Amino acid sequence: MTETLRFTLNGKPVSIELDSSRMLLWVLRYDLGLTGTKYGCGEGLCGACTVIVDGKAERSCVLEMKAVAGKTVTTIEGLAKNGELHPLQKAFVEHDSLQCGYCTPGMIMNAYGLLLENPHPSRSEIIGHMDGNLCRCGAHQRIVQAIESAAKQAEGGTR
Amino acid sequence: MKPEYAGQASVYEDHLKLDFSEVTPAGSSLALDRRRFLQLLGGGIIVSFTVPGSLEAQEGERRRGFGQQLPQDFNAFLRIGEDGRVSAFTGKVEYGQGIITSMPQILAEELDVALDSVDMVMGDTDLCPWDMGTFGTMSTRIFGPALRAAAAEARVVLIELAAEQLQAPKERLKTRAGAVYDEAGQKRLSYAELAKGQKILRHVKGVAPKAQPEDTLIGKSVLRKDAAAKVTGQAKYSGDIKVPGLLHARILRPPVHGAKLIHADTSGARAIEGVQIIEEGDLIAVLHPLPDVAERALAKIQAQFDRPAPSVDDKTIFDHLLKVAPQGQTVAQGGNLDEGRKAARHLLDETYLNSYVSHAPIETHSALARIDGNKLTLWASTQTPFALKEAAASLLGFPAQNVRVITPFIGGAFGGKSNNQQAMEAVKLAKLAGKPVQVVWTRAEEFFYDTFRPAAIVKIQAGTNEEGLITFWDYGVYWAGERGAPQFYNIPNHRTVSYGSGWGSTPGSHPFATGPWRAPGNNTNTYARESQIDMLAEKAGMDPVEFRLKNLTDVRMLRVLRAAAEKFGWSPAKAPSKRGFGVACGTDAGAYVAHMAEVAVDKNTGNIVVKRVVCVQEMGLCVNPEGARLQLEGGITMGLGYALSEEVRFNGGEILHSNFDTYAIPHFSWLPQIETVILDAKDSPFQGGGEPPIICMGAVIANAVFDATGARLLQLPMTPERVKEALFKPRS
Repeated sequence: MTETLRFTLNGKPVSIELDSSRMLLWVLRYDLGLTGTKYGCGEGLCGACTVIVDGKAERSCVLEMKAVAGKTVTTIEGLAKNGELHPLQKAFVEHDSLQCGYCTPGMIMNAYGLLLENPHPSRSEIIGHMDGNLCRCGAHQRIVQAIESAAKQAEGGTR
Repeated sequence: MKPEYAGQASVYEDHLKLDFSEVTPAGSSLALDRRRFLQLLGGGIIVSFTVPGSLEAQEGERRRGFGQQLPQDFNAFLRIGEDGRVSAFTGKVEYGQGIITSMPQILAEELDVALDSVDMVMGDTDLCPWDMGTFGTMSTRIFGPALRAAAAEARVVLIELAAEQLQAPKERLKTRAGAVYDEAGQKRLSYAELAKGQKILRHVKGVAPKAQPEDTLIGKSVLRKDAAAKVTGQAKYSGDIKVPGLLHARILRPPVHGAKLIHADTSGARAIEGVQIIEEGDLIAVLHPLPDVAERALAKIQAQFDRPAPSVDDKTIFDHLLKVAPQGQTVAQGGNLDEGRKAARHLLDETYLNSYVSHAPIETHSALARIDGNKLTLWASTQTPFALKEAAASLLGFPAQNVRVITPFIGGAFGGKSNNQQAMEAVKLAKLAGKPVQVVWTRAEEFFYDTFRPAAIVKIQAGTNEEGLITFWDYGVYWAGERGAPQFYNIPNHRTVSYGSGWGSTPGSHPFATGPWRAPGNNTNTYARESQIDMLAEKAGMDPVEFRLKNLTDVRMLRVLRAAAEKFGWSPAKAPSKRGFGVACGTDAGAYVAHMAEVAVDKNTGNIVVKRVVCVQEMGLCVNPEGARLQLEGGITMGLGYALSEEVRFNGGEILHSNFDTYAIPHFSWLPQIETVILDAKDSPFQGGGEPPIICMGAVIANAVFDATGARLLQLPMTPERVKEALFKPRS
């Protein structure tokens, strides 16, 4: 059933008419044109589609739009501010924490969700939080290093 | 036309202005002449070159009438534009291996320009000369030296031009920072000034590369050039491309391989607004402007299939494959096996099994096809854009030059994106629908249509004498292929036979498609060989590293093995020492690797924890050490999967996995402490880098498990069940 739904996306208000049982991933990618959030498995098993909803990392491929109404959503496109990369993005670049790069937006958003909740996570907390995000190229070691490095910066890298 | 993707925006914006497809009249496969080629490319200095071994294949393609528009006597070129920027045009593609960074390093060094003034134009069949595909760790090894020679040639051209304009002898001129200098006359001409108004086309004649200065860029660690695009979500993959009027396709799939469609009722799907149904023979697809709506409509189709009775499953497959194996090909032999057997004090006869393994890239197969009149543009995640171009042209009955394949970033490939099935589906549907169509496989489709690494069997008979020297080696590999099969130990009497190809399948062999998987064949062969070597060491009563050193004379292998022992801190002990230490070594793509690992085994659960892995690689002259280390870490991490958990479960043509919950690839929590060393080999040619570090992972863990527990795992993956079974099996 089509209804009008409002939420905040990357700092801007969005009003959209749609079937609210649709998943956020597809709405982001195809209705709103933000393709940085990736499809990997469609069942919340790989983390490629991770976004932040009201301060928490969520799998957008299994998140119905009705659960997003009135909330604040941040995607990978909304992380850099005024043209400056977020400390996590910078750390991923500086540690070469990616290869094919397809899982990268989900990795960064999931790590961002961790730092929002826990600005100074231990290595084992990082690994525990990231465990459901899959990378096939095997950049894991450097992803952990990048998150550790971003977390060491002021305010846990969350700004 | 404005490009619809911005994968490497700054690079493509410029080059997309060149539309080669407008040049040749439809129906003609004539190559462009050089004059016309230069006009199209704009001004500047162009040096064309040939990548060794690939022009023969290109010639074959031309004879079959699939020639394309660019001149055909070379298969890559570089251009110094009138703005002084340097571009390399190649059919190679980037799927994470990092040539988008390392190739510009080679160019920048040889041409004395800043790294950020070099662009790569990759995998676009209109802009790049023909290339057979990106696989086999060939990019740096084969393409690198050719690119370097072309850059050397371009530098000569620049100096010649400068000598003329500055009225100075060539010998006096030097290149630095994108300019030619006449130090005596205190004059300077930038490459932009030199290239301005020029239309020079040279083919490489074989100028020697310049001597490498102390601060050479080749061998210096450089961060990935594509990182900024990838961390901001701006990097475009095939599924991210959009064109006006685009429809997303979801295709009705059979439940098992070999099933035949009997009947389908599409009325439920048709009732959904905006849905277009395509029915053409066995092909039934739902099209809609939104992929999730197409998915919901597909679920409403009621279909009946005739399922073939399953013949083999994941347990009976090995007997089946042995039964149907073709005649063997001897790939290496020497000495006399009978004499070797007679000289042996200890004999060892073992059989090793490997399961089917999935590629499982996180980006599923994706493609977008758009037909405009008699032209096709195709964006696809593919390792073989030129093969796809040919296949798509033949499907539509278009002349090949009317087909353009564009390869955006690829989200992982590992050998699994060479078949192009998804792209051909997009082409067929775009034709039938009369609209542009995007096909992005679901994870279930990805697991179903993957060209799996073939299940394989290795049988080895070998023996040692009193002194711990291997006297004979009789090796047979079934279905993995010969890569990595010939052994490199100093064994006087040996034979290596390969039964069945490593990919493709002959009818009646594999129940589904198989294909190359990162270092194809070598994971299987190295696992078997290095396990056998460890068992021989045990029989000889020797430490496994000492035993290897005693049986090796190959200096490159001795060097990596010693370096690994030093880095790891290996102290000699006869296995099982209870320490959980393992060693394995191998060769691949011209590189030498040695791995050492430490594991802990929970005897109650059978669970293996890999605590530490050391990998030493000698890969000749290494262009970007940090980029190469990233490949080593990637190989080690990915290799944990085929060693510990990855196994395609199936019953006949039914694949029993549709997602990552039942097919487990490595997770963060599996991560061992990884230490990598790249040995200095500056005076050697470039060798492979991305595939060698994965080949030892099965054996190094199996050997460490033996050292920890005394249990020998003869089948990969080493699942907890198999570990427990091995622990309780009485030792012979």
